[in-house]
Parts: sequence; C-alpha cells; structure tokens
Amino acid sequence: MSGASSWSFREDDARQIQSILSAFLGESNARTALIVDRTGQMVSTAGESPTFDATAFASLTAADFSANDQLARMLGESEFGALFHQGERESMYLADIARRVILVVLFDNRTTLGLVKLRVKTAVVQLNQVFTDMFNRDGTSAPGVESEFLGEAEDEIDKLFGS
Amino acid sequence: MSMINYASREINCKLVYYGPGLGGKTTNLEHVYNKVAPTSRGKMISLATETERTLFFDFLPVDLGTIRGFKVKFHLYTVPGQVYYNASRKLILKGVDGVVFVADSQIERMDANIEAMQNLYENMTQHGYDVSKIPFAIQYNKRDLPNAAPIPELQAALNPGWPVGEPGKQRVTPDPYHESEFLVKQEDGQWIERAPYFEAVALTGEGVFDTLKAISKNVVKTLG
Repeated sequence: MSGASSWSFREDDARQIQSILSAFLGESNARTALIVDRTGQMVSTAGESPTFDATAFASLTAADFSANDQLARMLGESEFGALFHQGERESMYLADIARRVILVVLFDNRTTLGLVKLRVKTAVVQLNQVFTDMFNRDGTSAPGVESEFLGEAEDEIDKLFGS
Repeated sequence: MSMINYASREINCKLVYYGPGLGGKTTNLEHVYNKVAPTSRGKMISLATETERTLFFDFLPVDLGTIRGFKVKFHLYTVPGQVYYNASRKLILKGVDGVVFVADSQIERMDANIEAMQNLYENMTQHGYDVSKIPFAIQYNKRDLPNAAPIPELQAALNPGWPVGEPGKQRVTPDPYHESEFLVKQEDGQWIERAPYFEAVALTGEGVFDTLKAISKNVVKTLG
C-alpha cells in the first residue's frame, strides 16, 4: 500500500458505535456525539443532528486536534488525550480514540463539563476497543467497490470538472 | 488512505495542493469553488492571515455524486506555502490520497520550488508515504508571465523522475497529456517514471480542471 493503510467502516461497526454513543448521550445529557477521523472525515454521528456544515466541522476538528497534538509534544507530553472548548451556551469536548479517530461531544447548559467528563470515560474505553479491532482487521475482508465503479466514476469526473 | 464508510455508503478522498508560497494553490481552489455547481460543492474554509496568506489550510469539499451506491466526495486541501509554516503543512498531509504540486513557473522562484518539493518528499516520508507510489501531479502555474522558465527546465529541476523497480511497470508509457512525451521510459539503461504535469494560469482558470481531473481519476483508480 502506498499511503497510510486504508480502512473500511462496516454496518455492524456503525451499529456497535451507535449503541455506545447513544448510551453515553443518555447518561451524560449531552446533545450530540460525533466520530471524526484524524484525516478530517466524519465517520459517525449520534443524538441531535448537527445543524452546521458537518463536513467543514470534521475537517476543522481534525486540524484542531492535530495542532494541539503538536503543542503537547512541544511541552514534552506525548499527547493531549482530551480537549475542551467552552462557549457561552454551547461547549465541546474532544477525546482521542485509538490514535486514529476523535470523539467530539457537543453539549449545552442542560449538563455540566464534570458529568460529561465522568461519563465519557466508559465510552472512550469501549470505543477504543471497537476501533482497535476495526483497524487490526484484515483489510482484504472488505467487500470493495464494484468493478463498474471505476468507469462510472471517471465519467462523473469528466462531467463535473468538464471534459 | 481513502476511507470507505459502508454504513453511510460514502467514500471520501483527500487531495492536497502543495507548493511554494504565492504559487497559486489557493487560487486553484478558488477557481474550482467558483466554477463547480453550488449543489456539487460545500463551503470553502480558509484559515488565513489578515493579509490573506494561508495560515493553516484551505478546504473545499466537492461532491462527485452517487456511483454504484456510494456517495463519492473529494476533499481538496491546500497547505501554507511559506517555509516557516512547516508544522501545519505536515499535519495536512495526514491521510492524503493524492498530491498536486503547484510550482511557480517564474525563473526567480526556481529555488523556492525546489525547496518546497524537497520539503514535500521529507514530510511524506515522515508520515510513511511514498510520493512515487501515490497519485501525484505537478502543475506549472503562471505560464502567462514573461519570466516563466521553459517547461524542460522546470521538468529537469522538479520532475526528474524516479527509478521503476517493479518489472511489471517497466514498459514504455506515453504521456496522455503531451504528445510524443512519456511518463515511463528507459533512459541510459534505467527505467524512469515521471509525474504527469500540467501547464496552468490559475488566475484565469486555465489548466486548473485539467490538473484536478487527472489527479482525481488517478485517486479513484486506487479504490478498485
């Protein structure tokens, strides 16, 4: 493989993650939980649907976390395992999962940072396990795209970017 | 490392525009933003300084539509070109699926181009990626300027090619974009591969989509 290893995210993974996130949201009273991968892609969301541009949000979250990772190293820490951004009404809490994805929790004044931090611990442990298993899985077991995919994708690229 | 999300039926591919400062990376993205139908693209995010120099990155998601049941999206990023922003430049390369190197054709910028190219190789290596093995294209921008260096000179400095080790790839491959030129050929008894290159004037949009089309097709090929 040329770049970083590819990975796939299956429906059974999604179900497992949804159940962990739903349980966490119920216990913490947080609004929304999102899983973003470190390259800036949204993987999964649970709870209230985000009203903002989720794609842009994911890319900025990954950049935010990566920048803070570098700051941690400058301070002699291997990482900041979690980050907290406080707003007047809305706040967000970010936690590292398996060094590959980020759990983002959005919450408002219906709960407190203390409760979120307390409840997130269990969710982080469970998610770490799920994602570690997922990344260790044999990449060849993924079904892959259909053989006609390539030709059709090229046609769409010509259409969108002008032929 | 495109991520295939079977749960949401999405494939996201990350394309990064790399190159020296003021070379036209952001201008490439702005042209794409202005020309692609608003329904096929998202908002463009620019983390820039007050003087509009890229500080961290620009980001533009482009939606290719649904193909064989998968929503395919390209995430276009630029990096800050200025030498001292290397920390943020390196972060953006994480998980990259394809790289476009935007070179500034002006003779005076030759050293800056070479330095940025070396920096790309270094940063890719530090991430464990190999530039010669991922989709990679070079765009020679600002071709309209009177002080633009000739293409052969730019090619010799920035795209001298890399040796082809795999016997399966050791065959003459014509350059589909330039008549009587080759992407893979034998030179002095050694097989050499070069990245495809494109001439551009990003300010007017010339060459911008040719480059994007080529790199995105090469990225899609890696999914099969």
